Amino acid sequence: MTTDTTAGSTATPSATEYLILGASILGGDAADLLIRDGLIAVVGPEAADAASRGAVTIDAEGLVALPGMVDLHTHLREPGREDAETVETGSRAAALGGFTAIHAMANSSPVADTAGVVEQVYRLGLASGWVEVRPVGAVTVGLGGQRLAELGAMAESRASVRVFSDDGICVHDPVLMRRALEYVKAFDGVIAQHAQEPRLTEGAQMNEGEVSAVLGLTGWPAVAEESIIARDVLLAQHVGSRLHVCHVSTAGSVEIIRWAKARGIDVTAEVTPHHLLLTDELVRSYDPVYKVNPPLRTSDDVHALRAALADGTIDVVGTDHAPHPSEHKECEWAQAAMGMTGLETALSVVQHAMVETGLLDWEGFARVTSVAPARIGRLEHQGRPLAAGEPANLILVDPAARWTVDPSTMATKGRNSPFRGLELPGSVRATFYAGHPTVLEGRLATPRQAPAASMTGEAPAWNI
Amino acid sequence: MKHLLSTQDLSARNALRLLNVAEEMAAVGQREIKKLPALRGRTVVNLFFEDSTRTRISFEAAAKRLSADVINFAAKGSSVSKGESLKDTAQTLEAMSADAVVIRHPASGAPARLAASGWIDAAVVNAGDGTHEHPTQALLDAFTLRRHWAKLDGTPSAGTTLAGMKVLIVGDVLHSRVARSNVWLLTTLGAEVLLAGPPTLLPVGVGAWPCTVYYNLDDALAQRPDAVMMLRLQAERMNAAFFPSTREYSRRWGFDDGRLALLDTMGLDDTVIMHPGPMNRGLEISSAAADSPRSTVLAQVRNGVSVRMAALYLLLSGDSQDDPQDDQPENQADQPDQLATTPEGRTP
Ligand SMILES: [Zn+2]
Repeated sequence: MTTDTTAGSTATPSATEYLILGASILGGDAADLLIRDGLIAVVGPEAADAASRGAVTIDAEGLVALPGMVDLHTHLREPGREDAETVETGSRAAALGGFTAIHAMANSSPVADTAGVVEQVYRLGLASGWVEVRPVGAVTVGLGGQRLAELGAMAESRASVRVFSDDGICVHDPVLMRRALEYVKAFDGVIAQHAQEPRLTEGAQMNEGEVSAVLGLTGWPAVAEESIIARDVLLAQHVGSRLHVCHVSTAGSVEIIRWAKARGIDVTAEVTPHHLLLTDELVRSYDPVYKVNPPLRTSDDVHALRAALADGTIDVVGTDHAPHPSEHKECEWAQAAMGMTGLETALSVVQHAMVETGLLDWEGFARVTSVAPARIGRLEHQGRPLAAGEPANLILVDPAARWTVDPSTMATKGRNSPFRGLELPGSVRATFYAGHPTVLEGRLATPRQAPAASMTGEAPAWNI
Repeated sequence: MKHLLSTQDLSARNALRLLNVAEEMAAVGQREIKKLPALRGRTVVNLFFEDSTRTRISFEAAAKRLSADVINFAAKGSSVSKGESLKDTAQTLEAMSADAVVIRHPASGAPARLAASGWIDAAVVNAGDGTHEHPTQALLDAFTLRRHWAKLDGTPSAGTTLAGMKVLIVGDVLHSRVARSNVWLLTTLGAEVLLAGPPTLLPVGVGAWPCTVYYNLDDALAQRPDAVMMLRLQAERMNAAFFPSTREYSRRWGFDDGRLALLDTMGLDDTVIMHPGPMNRGLEISSAAADSPRSTVLAQVRNGVSVRMAALYLLLSGDSQDDPQDDQPENQADQPDQLATTPEGRTP
């Protein structure tokens, strides 16, 4: 990709038009796109004619244009653990990874369980300007699993929370789960469940199976996930609510969700990139970079998850991006924190595991990384078709690129990438967030609200 | 061999080499002057994050008989328990120019982590990690069994394997690092291994192990084992619903006087009874069994020093007859090829 800014481009980036030439739309036919005023103004041969003289031209031959990715599952750590990540660093990583919207999980400190905290995170996202940051609200006060948090207040706050989750901890009390599912119907919310039966996973360190038997690490059995999912889909059916299952990791969970969908239960499901590629064999190294919750499973599970993502049983890819300071990983396995970074590798891992295996085409990729997550999070301006009049949240991807993962060069503060050293396909060359290029030439450009830019009142309605 | 971390990654060749050198070390132990100058000027650190006087003393005696300098670092109750990380401790030992670190740790994999981390250059010897492995215990068990097997055969111990031997391991396999290390090592040396215990104390995934599993001890004894190894039952298992009561455990899984008599009835005159110690007399093993002529308990302790001498000697003497397949990459995770274990491996 080359960016030609010869035609007197002294205007501020956000005020500039962008003419993208010859991008393959969703992997299909090549077309030109004109981006203007936060929207896709023209798609097709007339785009060049419609462009003004000052338009920045981007040669996108060989690149695939996709809707900006939407992550339903990001840990930004702010407030409270700014040593691990901040909204600023996490959203920079997101932009580089091809995201135009991310959902910040509620397990910050303080927990995002009040309108005040979710508005704080929301404002930090606006100030950063790299992606749209949507806070997730906690289901229970302090993630304590005892009392419902102020779900309605968070929904009505400036952050307009629609996704609620105690992620990291399972809402295991069946009555509380039932009430939460029922209550959020009032504002079209969804409960995103971290499915983990707590008693069956006390002290759990890794997938329970042949590898844990050898390594002498306490097992995290598949049934601890599957039993909660089975209960929750039945609860969702009973009260007619919307349920989202975070990071599905086992073949058995896939079967339960498939059954639930066949019954017409309103359930959606998510899989992480790492569960689409890595297995518990990696734990044999005892390197805590492979420690994550839910744990890496077996290759049978990986294949079931891929098939489920391809056939729609699993709706979305969510990164579960979980940065940790290195001292939380530079220790023995049992002491180490759980979690992996994922924002800057998600596209490449999904391309590797799903597209290059023929399980998904780029349109399918757009469905699971953008269209479906935007729908679940009720982000009406994200995950839209690449058509005239639509909000310009889109990315340009070089599918032929190959790169070797080096966590030390990432924008996230976390260095805990399990893909370290792996050669992966696919590179995000440009990210347009509401018409503004946050990434150009594969590098960070400028945030959407550069301090110098006089954009007051220009921001699209959803961010006011 | 750079480290001794587990018996699972120990080749038959290296295992036999360790046992053969241990025989030579045992011979030294019979001499009037028990000390060898082999490791003079080398420093061995005993880094114990868990109390285990028995194992520490055994390693200490082994290192001293090889003339090494020994530093005992009881990490429990030291700066380590005040939050100092394994990394900091390792770097301290590195600064002290430790040549070998003998580590006992409650976390499975801590020795492997130490060896692969790059925090330290010293040879790492696993002296028991969590519920993972205890390789020198298995080596001393194999050494003891081999002597017994060779004696019955009327052949010298050095050089022989355990081919044809049937070893029954009984009890809490789930939490036992001794059991794991023995399963791998004894099968590597040619023995047939049988496991017996309550299903709650056998790991999920045991079906993939190279052993036959019995839920009934008497069914297992009917297979006419040449050795019966009783595992210690830890106190903390007793109230966690693994079994109804210690009395029931003892009745079903304990090596009691009745089972001791059964060996005689069955004509199993040469079957030995083993225990890694310390024993819960009257629980997993009766006093009569522990003190019978069949018991190898004291021989096991004695042989522990010889085996640990052999391990330290082979790791530190710069011996060059390495078996390449035993050498682990410095940091497996840094090797992209290790990800070939993922389902699609490296295929695009
Ligand atoms: Zn979670």
